[in-house]
Amino acid sequence: MDGNERVFGDRSPGVEQQESTANFLSYTVGLGLAILATIASFVVSQTDLLWPPGVPVGLVVLAFAQIGVHLVFFLHLGSGPDNTNNILALAFGLLIVFLVITGSVWIIANLNNNMMPMPVH
Amino acid sequence: MTITTIDRLPAELARGHGGGGPAPVRTVVAYGFWIFILSDIVMFSALFAAYAVLSGNTAGGPDGRELFNLRNVFIETACLLFSSYTCGLGMLSAERREPGRFLLFAVFTFALGAAFLFIEMSEFAGMVRAGAGPSRSAFLSSFFSLVGMHGAHVTAGLVWLVYMVAQVLAKGLRAVVLRRLVCFSLFWHALDIIWIGVLTLVYLMGAR
Repeated sequence: MDGNERVFGDRSPGVEQQESTANFLSYTVGLGLAILATIASFVVSQTDLLWPPGVPVGLVVLAFAQIGVHLVFFLHLGSGPDNTNNILALAFGLLIVFLVITGSVWIIANLNNNMMPMPVH
Repeated sequence: MTITTIDRLPAELARGHGGGGPAPVRTVVAYGFWIFILSDIVMFSALFAAYAVLSGNTAGGPDGRELFNLRNVFIETACLLFSSYTCGLGMLSAERREPGRFLLFAVFTFALGAAFLFIEMSEFAGMVRAGAGPSRSAFLSSFFSLVGMHGAHVTAGLVWLVYMVAQVLAKGLRAVVLRRLVCFSLFWHALDIIWIGVLTLVYLMGAR
C-alpha cells in the first residue's frame, strides 16, 4: 500500500478498513440475510401467504430490505461521518430514480385514462 | 489508527476537507467510481420505468406468466448472489496481499457470473425461438431492453474481471491495481443490486 494512504477523514464504498475477520463476517452475514430475503421473495410471490392484493407491496418491501443489506454488508456503506459523501451521492441518485420511475408510471397511467377508446379491428 | 499527539489530530481529520492535503487517491478514485455507478443506476431507472409502463401491453402475445421459468430465475439469482460474495472475499484476499487466494475467488466469481449469463442467454434464445422475441410486443421490447442491458453489464464485468486477473498476474497487487479492483468490486456488487430490482419487478411480479 502507498505509505500515505492511511485514511482518516473519508471512506469510499467498497473499501475495506476494519480488520479482515470483521469483513469476512460482514460478507457472510450479508450473504445469509440476502439468501433469506431472496427466498422470502420467492415464497411470497408463489404462495398465498400474504393477502394476494398486497403481494406486490410485500415484494417491493423485501427488495428494498435486500438492497439495504447489500449496501451495508457488501458495499460497507454506514451511517458514520466518514461516509457522508457516499450517502449523500446515493440519496441524490435514489431521488432521481424515484422521480424517473414514479413520474413515468404516473404520467402514462394518466394518459391511458384520458385516451379515447380505440376502435377494435 | 494511532494518533498520539493532540496537534496532529485536526490536520489528519481535515485531510480532504480543506486542510491537511487532499484526500487519499484511493478515496477519490472509489468515490468517483461510486458516482459513475449511481449514474448507471439512473440510466437503468429509465429502462425500469419503460418496463413498468409497457409490461401490460402484450399485443395479444404471450405474457410473463407463460414465458418466465421461475426455477431458472432462482438459479440465476443464486449465481449472482454467490458471485457477489466470492467477489467480496476476493477483495479481502487482495487487501491482505494473497494473490493465490484472490485468483481462486476470481475464478469462482467468473464461473458463477458466466453460469448466470449462460442461463439468461438460453432463456432469451428459447423465447425468440418460441416467437416471443423483442419485436413481438411492447412488453417484450421493454423486457429485452431491461434484462438484456443488465446481461450486457454482466458481460462487461466478466471481461473486466479477466483483465483484472491479467493485471494481478502481470503487476502484482500493487496500489494502482488494488484501486482498480475496488472499482471492479463496486461494479459487480452494483450489478447484483440492479438484479434485485429486475427479479422483483420483472420476474416475481410478472409470473404471478
